[in-house]
Amino acid sequence: MISDAIDNEQVEILLNDVLEAHGYDFLEYSHASIKRRITRLYAIDNFVSFAEFRYTVKSDKQYFKRFLEEITVNVTEMFRDPSFYKALRNDVLPVLGTYPFIRIWVAGCSTGEEAYSLAIVLKELNLLNKALIYATDINPSVLEKAKKGMFPLNYLKQYSENYVNSGGIKDFSSYYTANYSLAKFDETLGSKMIFSTHNLVSDHSFNEFQLILCRNVLIYFDKDLQHKVFNLFDSSIEKLGYIALGSKESLEFWPKAKEYKRVKTEKIWRKL
Amino acid sequence: MAETLTFSCNALIIGGSAGSLDVLLEIFPALRSEIDFPIVLVIHRKANNESLLTDLLQARTSLKVNEAEEKKALVAGNIYIAPADYHLLIEEDKTISLDYSEKVNYSRPSIDVTYQSAAEVYKESLVCILLSGSNADGVNGLKIVNNYGGRVVIQNPSTAIMPYMPQQAINNVHTDQVLHGNEMAEYINNLIKR
Repeated sequence: MISDAIDNEQVEILLNDVLEAHGYDFLEYSHASIKRRITRLYAIDNFVSFAEFRYTVKSDKQYFKRFLEEITVNVTEMFRDPSFYKALRNDVLPVLGTYPFIRIWVAGCSTGEEAYSLAIVLKELNLLNKALIYATDINPSVLEKAKKGMFPLNYLKQYSENYVNSGGIKDFSSYYTANYSLAKFDETLGSKMIFSTHNLVSDHSFNEFQLILCRNVLIYFDKDLQHKVFNLFDSSIEKLGYIALGSKESLEFWPKAKEYKRVKTEKIWRKL
Repeated sequence: MAETLTFSCNALIIGGSAGSLDVLLEIFPALRSEIDFPIVLVIHRKANNESLLTDLLQARTSLKVNEAEEKKALVAGNIYIAPADYHLLIEEDKTISLDYSEKVNYSRPSIDVTYQSAAEVYKESLVCILLSGSNADGVNGLKIVNNYGGRVVIQNPSTAIMPYMPQQAINNVHTDQVLHGNEMAEYINNLIKR
């Protein structure tokens, strides 16, 4: 059952411990969400007291791996929001296709579903061979999954529908082979991806890109942190490059937003 | 109405699933424009046709109906609809957070998630209404509303198209009122502070 076993003050204590002992800074995450994740983990792992929970998180390296994986949200989908992928396919990637080389950053890639979706569209536009997708996440264990390019077979019906609604024209099943309960995606897709840990809160810009995709990551950050991350993206994107966000996220209130132009009605902005 | 003199409603959360739209369509035209607290709707529905529910309800009230946006402050006299496929949480500073984490009770948005989050912020000045539906979403959240001293109002299962959800709540939580669908609007209007 959902309970409120951990109060606001304890959340603060725990997050300060995590920063001090492990170097991960969650203090500027949206409070309500992170509190809910922490309370949920405390309940499912059957801790009997906050003191015990605090001690384990602080001193047990193995448990901290789990903590990191569980308090960040790793829910994702292939071709999530089909109309967004339609806009990438029709309005964004063909423009990038005029460049000799395309560098894309998928920030907060989780288990890799968006990176693979992107690679499929690039392949269909005959652009995959000159593209490189840098897929990063704060969380090393989701990257391990992402590298494998295997997704649970029972989601593939939904993904296939999304793909068709996004303007996909091939038989979606031609991109994977079913292997027990998993769908293993075509290795040529994965061959154009570089996976690496990157913490949007504390790490710096590491390259210049023509497209940065960061979807349903910023909703977990408070306003100040969102603006810091937009500044990081701004320093990592070429002139006339694109920033793509999740369906409920926006550049709107960021002071430098005027230097960007929205692409139609999707959550995609182009640097002027 | 002596009760409303001592009780002050600072937020109203309405949760509903299958069969709740009929009740909302009945409530909305009767809501008074003097409503002086925000109203948040958490309604289970399919992830497509984003603005349909907003438009449908806006056509029936002079109060402003908004699709809830992250980081926006909840304003009295406004109605906010949790977007399809996101959980809606409320921060200490009464702004909205959206969350794409796992479904709860097979639902996103989940009524439990918003009830719990609102209870922690608004405590005894919160009113939660639970309407028709066919799963048990809402029950765990209402227990927490109980703990914080908020008000719990349930649609009478005998008037609900899908009685299961309100019945689960009545069986498992402390309920302040059980009302027919057609009594809901009057109840809400009586929460206006005079």
